[in-house]
Amino acid sequence: MRRRLAPALVALTLLAPAAYAVQPDEILPDPALEARARTLSQNLRCLVCRNENIDDSNAPLARDLRILLRERLTAGDSDEQAVAYLVDRYGEYVLLKPTTHGANLILWIAGPAMLIAGIGIAVFANSRRYRRGALPTSPEVLSEMEKKRLDELMQQ
Amino acid sequence: MIVELGHFALILALAVALIQATVPLIGADRRWSSWMAVAEPAALIQLLLIGFSFAALTWAFVTSDFSLKLVVENSHTMKPMIYKISGVWGNHEGSMLLWVLILALFGAAVTLFGGNLPATLKARVLSVQAMIAVAFLAFIVLTSNPFLRLAMPPMNGQDMNPLLQDPGLAFHPPFLYLGYVGLSMSFSFAVAALLEGRVDAAWGRWVRPWTLAAWIFLTIGIALGSWWAYYELGWGGFWFWDPVENASFMPWLFAAALLHSAIVVEKREALKSWTILLAILAFGFSLIGTFLVRSGVITSVHAFANDPQRGVFVLMILAVFMGGALTLFAARASTMEAKGIFALVSRESALVANNILLSVAAFVVFVGTIWPLVAEMGFGRKLSVGAPFFNAAFTPFMIVLALILPIGAILPWKRGDLGRAILPLRGALVLSLALGALIWAMQTGRSALGPVGVLLAAWVILGALTDLWLRSGRGDVASRLSRLSRLPRADWGRGLAHAGFGATIFAVAAINTWSVEDIRVVKPGAPFALGPYEITLASVDEVEGPNYTSSRATMNITRDGRPVATLYPEKRSYTFARMPTTEAAIDYGLTRDLYLVIGDKQDDGSWAVRSYIKAFANWIWLGALMMAGGGVLSLSDRRYRIAAGARRNVNAVPAE
Repeated sequence: MRRRLAPALVALTLLAPAAYAVQPDEILPDPALEARARTLSQNLRCLVCRNENIDDSNAPLARDLRILLRERLTAGDSDEQAVAYLVDRYGEYVLLKPTTHGANLILWIAGPAMLIAGIGIAVFANSRRYRRGALPTSPEVLSEMEKKRLDELMQQ
Repeated sequence: MIVELGHFALILALAVALIQATVPLIGADRRWSSWMAVAEPAALIQLLLIGFSFAALTWAFVTSDFSLKLVVENSHTMKPMIYKISGVWGNHEGSMLLWVLILALFGAAVTLFGGNLPATLKARVLSVQAMIAVAFLAFIVLTSNPFLRLAMPPMNGQDMNPLLQDPGLAFHPPFLYLGYVGLSMSFSFAVAALLEGRVDAAWGRWVRPWTLAAWIFLTIGIALGSWWAYYELGWGGFWFWDPVENASFMPWLFAAALLHSAIVVEKREALKSWTILLAILAFGFSLIGTFLVRSGVITSVHAFANDPQRGVFVLMILAVFMGGALTLFAARASTMEAKGIFALVSRESALVANNILLSVAAFVVFVGTIWPLVAEMGFGRKLSVGAPFFNAAFTPFMIVLALILPIGAILPWKRGDLGRAILPLRGALVLSLALGALIWAMQTGRSALGPVGVLLAAWVILGALTDLWLRSGRGDVASRLSRLSRLPRADWGRGLAHAGFGATIFAVAAINTWSVEDIRVVKPGAPFALGPYEITLASVDEVEGPNYTSSRATMNITRDGRPVATLYPEKRSYTFARMPTTEAAIDYGLTRDLYLVIGDKQDDGSWAVRSYIKAFANWIWLGALMMAGGGVLSLSDRRYRIAAGARRNVNAVPAE
């Protein structure tokens, strides 16, 4: 049910029936365990939905996954084990936050790499302009060019 | 008959656009003024033709002409009138028609308001604008004809998706398109400038208002969509990093970068080639957004086969325009000699930093959006990239942006002294640090999001106030205040927009940190507590709407025994579209929204109920509104109203 931007009207046939996200009967009696389950479910994808996590999703499959996740946590799994259990069964497609393994590294370092490149280009371009224009770094000191120009003006 | 005339007008508009795309361009190249003069009447005729075509389609929707395929698929006689009209653009074909209508509107605006543009520049701008029109008119006529008739008209239509039958969403697409298409103006100006071979302060002054207008529309459009998601989808989320949202967010980020770098061109005649590149990229990402949304290539990789024809067509438009513009850029960029040089510590540098951060942030959004596609096609891995990735990878850039913003805004042009610049900001710095620390102390053990958000927001907002105060000059408070009231509107606009950015940062941190959620099964009449409030489900009634039936709950909220509000959350079932929706009921407030949702009836007669306290939710849209309002103020500044486009006397620019 994520088609809030109207251009995507194409997708509308896929809307799930409105029985809504986490339901009262799913909630675990132990608040600490339930809190862990909620946090984890926000990072897990509802496989039949469009880009929706199982915590928000209304789809029956999302409910099954929520219950399955809670069963694993109740059985004593750590967060990592419970998520690994789901990844084993449904593949890494279930993770909304991709791993950093293999090619995914490109995804994660794309931003920082671009940033460094951007800064590099900006500094390079500026220093080149700089040398051409010979502008001093400190606002108090005049450059050679400026001194010369000042002398010229003073002599007039 | 009207429908056929509308179709005919659309094809005529394509022919006119073809003429407008070629004749003035040749005229500008050869300096033939009669050929250049073709552009203006052509742009106006194009607007009239597309306007007529759009009116014809609207007429078909308003009169429920079910011999039209599009009307059957998206309308119903029982639908309220406002949604019959919004139904015109609530689908692919109609929204493309709206797209070209707005494009023609912008073209006509250049004709009407561009009186003092140099003749060759104006001819070239209108010609490039018409090239875009040719591409999209051909797209509509060849792949997405809205005027298809049915041989056997049904008795009634299939109704529009009920989620879209909502005032917030009725006006969301027109605003977004005004934004997307507005960026085509910056693009046309950039390409025209490359053809002209010159970019100067006057050019910067010309491009900036168009970019600003496009950015304002995008801001409002995105905010409307986000607000709609908040109250309509039933759990109060406001941003999901959905590919379709990202499609509108990337151009917004680029437009924000562009309108800042255009300032540098206007005031200092530096960053020329970078500004041209940004203008090309901003519109390029509008097109990429259009492609992502129309082709279905991203939401599901396999859905590409749904409409390969349309997807391929948009991809071709994208390739031709981006390829062409970037090639032209590569060939001509070196002729854009920058005049203004600047030191590492200067407002120019701060604006460069702003540009880098915004562009890289947009790039991160782009990579995240297409990564599932790349991973599947390139590496055979089927994976998802969702909100957790974007929150982790995107947020740091915004944090850095917020940190440098107040300093950059008060740094002098050309070269400055960092220590001297920070001095007037020490009050803002101390106060925001204290606020952050206070929040940190009050909520020990919870996430750092709250304190950091408050600190950054206070820093940005107080920084904007300091900036305004510094502008008032020296002297006693009274004279400074009177000078403050006479400041150019652009200064107020800047202060307001920057403060709006701060307000949004605060709101996003607050709603994620201090919201309260409660999910339970409730028996009618039995009260339950939500934070300091007490909520009672009084009754659930069956109600009839115009084209839906509804289970409407009546819920009373009290605080310390005093009534706060009575809310009516609903579960609707739309009769003709055969779809249920949940209608959350919200008690809006400045510091919190009370947000109630009614769920399924249980076997024992009780109801599932979700209730939330959404902390400072309205500040998200308040912040967006402030940003847009700042843009409007800046746009109404005297120098755009009076001296727009007038080429400044070269000697008046302080030379190096």
